[in-house]
Amino acid sequence: MKRLSLLVLSLLAIAGARADEVQVAVAANFTGPMQVISVLFEKDTGHKAVLSYGATGKFYAQIKNGAPFEVLLSADDETPARLVKEGAAVSGSAFTYAIGKLVLWSANPDLIDGSGAILKKGGFRHLAIANPKTAPYGAAALQTLGKLGVAETLKPLFVQGENISQTQQFVITGAAELGFVAFSQVIKNDRIGSGSGWIVPENLYDPIRQDVVILAKGKDKAAATALLSYLKTPKAAAVIKSFGYSLP
Amino acid sequence: MESADLAAVWLTLKLATVVTLLLLIFGTPIAWWLARTHSRLKGVVGAIVALPLVLPPTVLGFYLLITMGPNGPVGRLTEALGLGLLPFTFPGLVIASVFYSLPFVVQPIQNAFEAIGERPLEVAATLRASPWDAFWSVAVPLARPGFLSGAILGFAHTVGEFGIVLMIGGNIPEKTRVVSVQIYDHVEALEYTQAHWLAGGMVIFSFLVLLGLYTFNPTRRKVL
Repeated sequence: MKRLSLLVLSLLAIAGARADEVQVAVAANFTGPMQVISVLFEKDTGHKAVLSYGATGKFYAQIKNGAPFEVLLSADDETPARLVKEGAAVSGSAFTYAIGKLVLWSANPDLIDGSGAILKKGGFRHLAIANPKTAPYGAAALQTLGKLGVAETLKPLFVQGENISQTQQFVITGAAELGFVAFSQVIKNDRIGSGSGWIVPENLYDPIRQDVVILAKGKDKAAATALLSYLKTPKAAAVIKSFGYSLP
Repeated sequence: MESADLAAVWLTLKLATVVTLLLLIFGTPIAWWLARTHSRLKGVVGAIVALPLVLPPTVLGFYLLITMGPNGPVGRLTEALGLGLLPFTFPGLVIASVFYSLPFVVQPIQNAFEAIGERPLEVAATLRASPWDAFWSVAVPLARPGFLSGAILGFAHTVGEFGIVLMIGGNIPEKTRVVSVQIYDHVEALEYTQAHWLAGGMVIFSFLVLLGLYTFNPTRRKVL
């Protein structure tokens, strides 16, 4: 009997410890920084962030249909706003945690010069972009091409990735010679790590604001609130910047 | 339905038809060999044919992307032959789908050939039918249910393909954007009405295909 109550007690203790866990849905492009931040977060606060990575649109559908996520780090600012409006997220909790930068990138070290002149010059067969309908980086890429006046001529060369990671995969494998990806995917020591690339000037596309929000399931949960506060600390900000994002 | 949706439906039907025809042409000799051989290679070939049944489509798609890309062996070959590269093209999708749907066509036909046994072919031989003649006038008619099952399953499976197309297709309208990808896009873009049209259509289509298979071909039910 004593043993049994001991077992029950220890099970309760485990259940109690689990309450400090927060289930986080993370936009695919933010995978790298969030892996680093979650380790720091656990060390500094004792709370544990359990991370799931994926496309924001898919997370939206899952959240609306009862997924157990408590926090969403979105790839855009529209999805969190929409979730708040529909009562699936805590109003007033959303803020911009990072602003994404767009890069034209190729695995070939000689293909792209520092001004992106190749877009006008041509001479390539495929240009990979993330699906502009669903991915913010894809929409930004399309906007950039529009401002450069080459969107129509390059359209037949588009190949679309389902998200920004898959777009990068097309370029890494060489199946597409070049493509628009997130700076965070190719950054190393504050610059483009391998291949060649052009960091697209920010006046060519609307800022890619990535918002975080507490979801209905994370309301009044200490670990969720703690995570959002933690994202604003200088420590987290330094990590976010080191991955090539800017801050609001 | 929007014209983009119709284009996706049309492309999917075209892809499934081409793939099914190719699989009947190339799958039949493989099925025949697997059914009749006593070679030690039978196990190896059978296992390779069955691989797509157990591998996630993303694995197949990933390797196809690498081998058909400019740095892969197939990519180098197609470039040298002046055919260009296969990823992001309709022929590329066809080749990928042929691999992916291979077991669904080969296995029912193989089962049907095996079920015939040696006897009818021996009888045909005593009547002085050449092996070629015996194959066409004895084996093929007797294995008809297997061919029917294989064709229907191969077609339906290609229609339902998603992971591979996502990996090597590049989502190009009228070339590689098939129905399953279009549904995925609609869901991601929160266009649930259009998604329901296509997704509901797929459910009905698949049900009718299987209903037809079970109703008109009851003896070969075990292939599934």
